[in-house]
Amino acid sequence: MNVWETINQRIVFFDGGMGSLLQEAGLRPGELPGTWNLLHPETVVRIHRDYLEAGADVVTTNTFGVDGLKYKEDGEFALTKVIRAAVHNAREAIRLSGKDAVVALDMSPTGKLLKPLGDLAFEDAYALYRRIVEIGADAGADLILIETMSDSYEAKAAVLAAKEACSLPVVITLTFDEKGKLLTGGTPASAVAMLEGLGVDAIGVNCGLGPLQMKEIVKDMLEASSLPLIVNPNAGLPRSENGKTVYDINADEFAVAMRDIVELGARAVGGCCGTTPEHIRKTVEMCSGMTPRPVIKKHRTVVTSFCRAVEIGGDPVIIGERINPTGKKRFKQALRDHDLDYILKEGIVQADHGAHILDVNVGLPEIDEPQMLEEVVKELQSIQELPLQIDTSDPAAMERALRIYNGKAMINSVNGKEESMREIFPLVKKYGGVVVALALDENGIPADADGRIAVAEKIYRTAAEYGISPDDIVIDGLCMTISSDSQGAVTTLETLRRVRDELHGKTILGVSNISFGLPQREIINAAFFTMAMQSGLNAAIINPNSEAMMRAYYTHRALMGLDANCTQYIDLYGGWTESVTRNPGKGQPLPQSGGVSGAAGGSRMTPGQCIEKGLKEEAVSTAREQLRSMDALDVINTEIIPALDRVGKGFEAGTVFLPQLLMSAEAAKGAFEVIREKMQASGQKQASKGKIILATVKGDIHDIGKNIVRVLLENYGYDVIDLGKDVPPETIVAETIRQKVSLVGLSALMTTTVPSMEETIRQLRRDAPWAKVMVGGAVLTQEYADTMGADSYCKDAMASVNFAGKVLG
Amino acid sequence: MWNWDEREIFRYLGYRGQEPAGDVRRLIHECERELEMHADLRSYWREYPLILTDDEINMTVLRTKSRALMRNLKNCESVILFAATLGSGVDVLLHRYGRFEMSRCVVLQAAAAAMLETWCDEENNRLKEDYGKHGLYLRPRFSPGYGDFPLECQKPFFEALELNKRIGITLTDSFLMAPSKSVTAVIGVSKMPSGCILEGCEACGKTGCEYRRCQAG
Repeated sequence: MNVWETINQRIVFFDGGMGSLLQEAGLRPGELPGTWNLLHPETVVRIHRDYLEAGADVVTTNTFGVDGLKYKEDGEFALTKVIRAAVHNAREAIRLSGKDAVVALDMSPTGKLLKPLGDLAFEDAYALYRRIVEIGADAGADLILIETMSDSYEAKAAVLAAKEACSLPVVITLTFDEKGKLLTGGTPASAVAMLEGLGVDAIGVNCGLGPLQMKEIVKDMLEASSLPLIVNPNAGLPRSENGKTVYDINADEFAVAMRDIVELGARAVGGCCGTTPEHIRKTVEMCSGMTPRPVIKKHRTVVTSFCRAVEIGGDPVIIGERINPTGKKRFKQALRDHDLDYILKEGIVQADHGAHILDVNVGLPEIDEPQMLEEVVKELQSIQELPLQIDTSDPAAMERALRIYNGKAMINSVNGKEESMREIFPLVKKYGGVVVALALDENGIPADADGRIAVAEKIYRTAAEYGISPDDIVIDGLCMTISSDSQGAVTTLETLRRVRDELHGKTILGVSNISFGLPQREIINAAFFTMAMQSGLNAAIINPNSEAMMRAYYTHRALMGLDANCTQYIDLYGGWTESVTRNPGKGQPLPQSGGVSGAAGGSRMTPGQCIEKGLKEEAVSTAREQLRSMDALDVINTEIIPALDRVGKGFEAGTVFLPQLLMSAEAAKGAFEVIREKMQASGQKQASKGKIILATVKGDIHDIGKNIVRVLLENYGYDVIDLGKDVPPETIVAETIRQKVSLVGLSALMTTTVPSMEETIRQLRRDAPWAKVMVGGAVLTQEYADTMGADSYCKDAMASVNFAGKVLG
Repeated sequence: MWNWDEREIFRYLGYRGQEPAGDVRRLIHECERELEMHADLRSYWREYPLILTDDEINMTVLRTKSRALMRNLKNCESVILFAATLGSGVDVLLHRYGRFEMSRCVVLQAAAAAMLETWCDEENNRLKEDYGKHGLYLRPRFSPGYGDFPLECQKPFFEALELNKRIGITLTDSFLMAPSKSVTAVIGVSKMPSGCILEGCEACGKTGCEYRRCQAG
């Protein structure tokens, strides 16, 4: 047993800061600390030894900030050499000290924000970490310490890499701000659930704050975590003195504060920035005789997104079911057309209507489901904050989605069949997650509750063999429609009660199945939903956009004492009358859609006028009305296009401003949608005016300008192929050739990314000489555009519409 | 409640001296509320000794050549390297509306820019007061990328302040900041009050810019 493994019996001590001690020893500003492993090994060994002699059990290698981005294998300080030397130095210090201690391979943030907000792909972050682990484990590290992580996604990349590339214990410490949040918004509860799911051996907190400011976070971590807690604070808060950073508490004060932290329940303590061997010595003196508090297993069922934790159990949880093609023609078409916007919009709308988790099912026989599922999950988790429930029957798709998911997902689903459990449980174990377990097996769906409970018990038992806790399982007692089985609801409700009372488990249901085949399904669904909640249902997969269902939910909460002072109920329905409905997410009643509202001034407006005023709902309703008596193309040509032209001219003349231009564009888009529906229904087709590629060039992650242009071009009937941001020249060229595109629009915001615009144009000229190129972006000028050989410089969005008109008509 | 500088928001949206109509006003107010909920205001700064030679500015952790910055730092003995951000939550919102509601996206981005500027000013004023107590004067903020102050200086700037670790700002390979609503700046510290020095917009060489403050006409 090495000292790390004694963490279950006693307090383990980490070492303290390295960087500031290296600076004292002569590390210059801008010099990479990792290079000292090779240049000044004696200094690094001495610092390690000082910590060991102060009482540290864990020596952290001098590899903070060492990764393949900063240390190239072909550079002066090759990654492999630096890491091997660092492990060797730590090992040498232990040998010289004669102590029983372990070497922790230190891994730290890459300094990059992951895509899509930043420029490092999740897979690339994984590869960077994996390489460090391979070298470090091979060099003889005893433990992987991932520290100072403040982004859950990067933390996940690092943990996955560590778990997959070696069999050493993996521990991770996170950095929170004084509000108790990760820098990308996560909380102790959300981060702990994800990391425990990934199977780390211990979790903790380091850096960012001093021990005094850390106490509240320590409490939150202890409340959430079932693993030993590590706490490595800074030596108080920093300030600068003559260009040097100094910290505000001394070794004695530090030790006293650390004693308090051990009393709260920390199992391993040490220091971070500003701490010295003296801080560690005093801490060891103060804490080594203390009896550690036991690590308590928390029985919680938690799913998370990058910033939010949703607990299942207690207050019922709403899982939005709308991202699913079953029985939805338009959704299926969106999948075939790769129309992600349509799919994502379904997610946003459900979030606005009060969903807590979003189910994601994009399975369709004719598409590449694993690819599509990965893409949709990546997009959804970058535009909204709710956790996701990954819903697929394809284990390969499930694994790809779980791998790139930023949090602890719900996994939909496993069932009592041997094959299903064999395929799904290893994924639950590896990536973490709360799995939906259907109470059916090889013998089909048991007709009564006895049978369903027996399958549930089998699932719990088998899961335990894979090391999966019952806390991470929710039982789906299955809902059979009462139109074919009059006992369907009774059986389901009994199953719910018995899972709760006999198995002490959590439950979930796809509620709306109950009414299949019946008229006015919502009436049955809502009543059944209330009965199910009353029978202990913990999570409901429903349509949150259905007012009847949400009414059942809000009234249940109010009636069951879950809505203190009925605050939520009053907020939502306080201003309610028959003619208005709840305004999702905003608490204010909205006029019901249909008909022109008072905003139109009482008089009838035409779709064109509504577009000019930027009134989306009115543009839609008036267009719908006009379509009853007018041909679709006439509505486009006499109403919409002239209105867009008027707004566009106003923008160019400086009388209409950007927000109005876009509001009009959005109103027009709404009108176009109803027109398109009508045309499709009557078999008419609207001819596209041609394809245009838009992209923000490589290196640039700003896309607002490009997106404005997209919205306007789409309005004018162009088929826009939006390649996104940070797009390599090769991709733009390849797509231009593949789709035979005759106009390419490029955007760049910064001077530093203009060269990549120039390179893109050069490659387009060489390989796709037929394509015209228009450019825009904050730093560009006519002169710049001319130098680069662009065909047009577009100073604003209307200029690009005008140029597209010239090229494509 | 945040103290909103709505004139700045209007300016960022291209309203030169004019006021937006009611529906745009309402959109602006909604975006303000949303930012108040989702912005995580953070700032960080460190002071370093400054040595000015004929052609080089040596800020201890960062050396560069820039005539504009040189003028700005005249008579200074040290510099404050300053950074502030609204955090990544705002980028998530911008990302969402950029896909579904471009009008809200541009208004949100304008309001976020105004919020960041006000936040920098507040932090900057606090520093001014603190330094003022010691008889020291601060020069206006001057950011990498302004005038001839190379954007490439972001790299040593970020390394010295460990901005990723401290307040969560990262730098892309092309020296752009992520989260996007972030600022870095150099603030000169001097024993002497400054004369009239251009700052912000007015210090920029791109005089034809339509967003420029105080345009004639």
